[in-house]
Amino acid sequence: MPELIHVGRDEDRDTYYLNMGPQHPSTHGVLRLRLLLKGEEILEAEPIVGYSHRAHEKMAENRNYIQFLPNTSRIDYLSGMIYNIGYCQAVERILGLEVPERAEYIRIICCELNRISSHLLWYGTLLMDLGGFTPFLYCWDDRENILDILDEVTGSRLTYCYGRFGGVTMDVNDEFLQNTLDFCKRFRERLPEYETLVTENIIFQNRCKDVGVFDQELAQDFALTGPILRAMGHKRDVRRDEPYGIYDKFDFDIPTLNGADTFDRFLIRVEEMHQSLSIVEQAVSRIPDGPVMAPKVPRKIKPPKGEYYFAVESARGHFGMFIVSDGTEIPYRIHLRTPSFANLSSLRSVLRGTMIADTVAILGSIDIVLPEIDR
Amino acid sequence: MPRDFVDIFGNPWLAAAAAIAVIMGFLSLNALMLIWMERKVSARMQRRMGPTERGPFGLLQTMFDMIKLLGKELITPTHVSRKLYLSAPVLMFVPIVAICSLFPLSENWVFHKYDIALVLVLAFSSMSILGIFAAGWGSNNKYSLLGAIRSILQNIAYEVPLILAVLAVVLVARSLSLYEIAMEQSPIPYILFQPLAAVIFFIAATAETNRAPFDIPEAESELIGGFHTEYSGMRFGMFFFAEYSNMVIVCALATILFLGGWHGPVLPGVVWFLIKVYALIFIMMWFRWTFPRLRFDQLLKFSWLLLVPLAVANLLVTALVLKLL
Repeated sequence: MPELIHVGRDEDRDTYYLNMGPQHPSTHGVLRLRLLLKGEEILEAEPIVGYSHRAHEKMAENRNYIQFLPNTSRIDYLSGMIYNIGYCQAVERILGLEVPERAEYIRIICCELNRISSHLLWYGTLLMDLGGFTPFLYCWDDRENILDILDEVTGSRLTYCYGRFGGVTMDVNDEFLQNTLDFCKRFRERLPEYETLVTENIIFQNRCKDVGVFDQELAQDFALTGPILRAMGHKRDVRRDEPYGIYDKFDFDIPTLNGADTFDRFLIRVEEMHQSLSIVEQAVSRIPDGPVMAPKVPRKIKPPKGEYYFAVESARGHFGMFIVSDGTEIPYRIHLRTPSFANLSSLRSVLRGTMIADTVAILGSIDIVLPEIDR
Repeated sequence: MPRDFVDIFGNPWLAAAAAIAVIMGFLSLNALMLIWMERKVSARMQRRMGPTERGPFGLLQTMFDMIKLLGKELITPTHVSRKLYLSAPVLMFVPIVAICSLFPLSENWVFHKYDIALVLVLAFSSMSILGIFAAGWGSNNKYSLLGAIRSILQNIAYEVPLILAVLAVVLVARSLSLYEIAMEQSPIPYILFQPLAAVIFFIAATAETNRAPFDIPEAESELIGGFHTEYSGMRFGMFFFAEYSNMVIVCALATILFLGGWHGPVLPGVVWFLIKVYALIFIMMWFRWTFPRLRFDQLLKFSWLLLVPLAVANLLVTALVLKLL
């Protein structure tokens, strides 16, 4: 008869290690957590990353600026549009390229739709991690609408390569704008339904309230950004602080809350979906006619020698690109500062003293995308 | 005077064999239909179609899935404790068959009338935890073990309010025989006398069957599969099978104790009985597809700090009222 479970370290029979992932239903891809447990209580948690490392940064050093475009949306496949267009905007800023106004509006519509779809997927998976399967499918139903709309204009459902230096690949037609408005109308009717099904549910609230509270020091220690930071009461959003594109022309709020627990992070993202909807509606109602590509885009992209930093607000936080150019067609180095990586780093401190069941709630509320952490 | 199986067959062994055959047949068919029903119910609640391809309304889909499960290789991981691992699905199933033999389906449909059938039902239903623990311990896997430990704690926590709720009914009926209790409810079902006990019973029963929102032992987002993580093929199918059979058992018990068993107008008794059972099962499915899962400590607190005191209070009030009347 084989030896039964050897529980824990030799010197301490009360504690044991539990390996969670990389193949686990709720570590969202291939995150691995090494948990030191006492019963169900977590004494120490160690996230181990790197299982889906694809060397995007190294690839950038081996191809020219245009060839790196398709890589960008594969860094974070859930908000690929924001990354793709963010990279275009970075290079445009370096080259001093003017983007036609219509293209700017199209970019805003697509980016914000993408933000909503990313938040919807997060919403669904968080609820699934907490054991509620029905909201998950509600979210996917709505998300499907966005994917269809974006598919119509970009030709892909997830890993978009829609942006170009100086504009976007294709103009949108009236049907696209109408579909977008229809979606906004439908989704506004759906959001109260979500509220009654999930937000007001007492079990859900018990699972989330006062669970995974982030200390204020963590924000600085780990450079937290995005909804997590805003749930801690800091009004930080790149769209407002350092406006890029034409975000300064739009009227939207940066929601903040002070509780810093899982429930607050949940509420912040729901409110952000409302705000994104309002941005989309404003953009659709004001979109001007005109070209969608700048008239004179150099065939060879050769940014002047130097170091550049440009950041956008992705669905998960501050996405920065540090581009070092040596004056040739091929970037010397592109470092990607991805929000999930910084946000995940805080997990160790937050998980200490919680229970296994809280792990999935906290992890879900941080909203990580593994390929973006590993890059 | 209604006759039971022993009277019909003359020989108790023959009667037992016949009863087991009837029960297994019913349970198999029931599991197939319930899994189909669960898929359809969940699909309708989630704006989906559910199975549509095999048979009318996809009714045969589960049958094909069962055939697929039967065709799968039975993998026994090398690190398991073979005796426990292999006996767990059986241990899980034996008490279920035993319990089923105790239920009167109508005035004439009864295997055998035991005077203490209720005690036996409660005793056997606590035994199914043995199967879960054997599976969790024998699998030699930390996730399975955690699932098994959670399961035991949960069963202990919810057995107490369940039995206290049942006791209130026993006080009213002055009998431990399921047949007598059902007969007592001829004009008015006990749910009207004992609404609180009925609610407590139903919540505790949902927890006893490890159904959402109390499906903590097998919480797949935390513990992968819980106690049945290491099982595959038809051995996993047996656990699945047991889950749906357990649903029928608790719902049948609820029907007998609170909803008046087979009593109802126009339709024959058995039909009424099954209608009530499946209506309760529908409510359990409704729960599952609406609520998220409770956390483990919240679940225990809910039982010990809310359900148990409520059930005790209910029992005391019932006893007092009966004494005064």
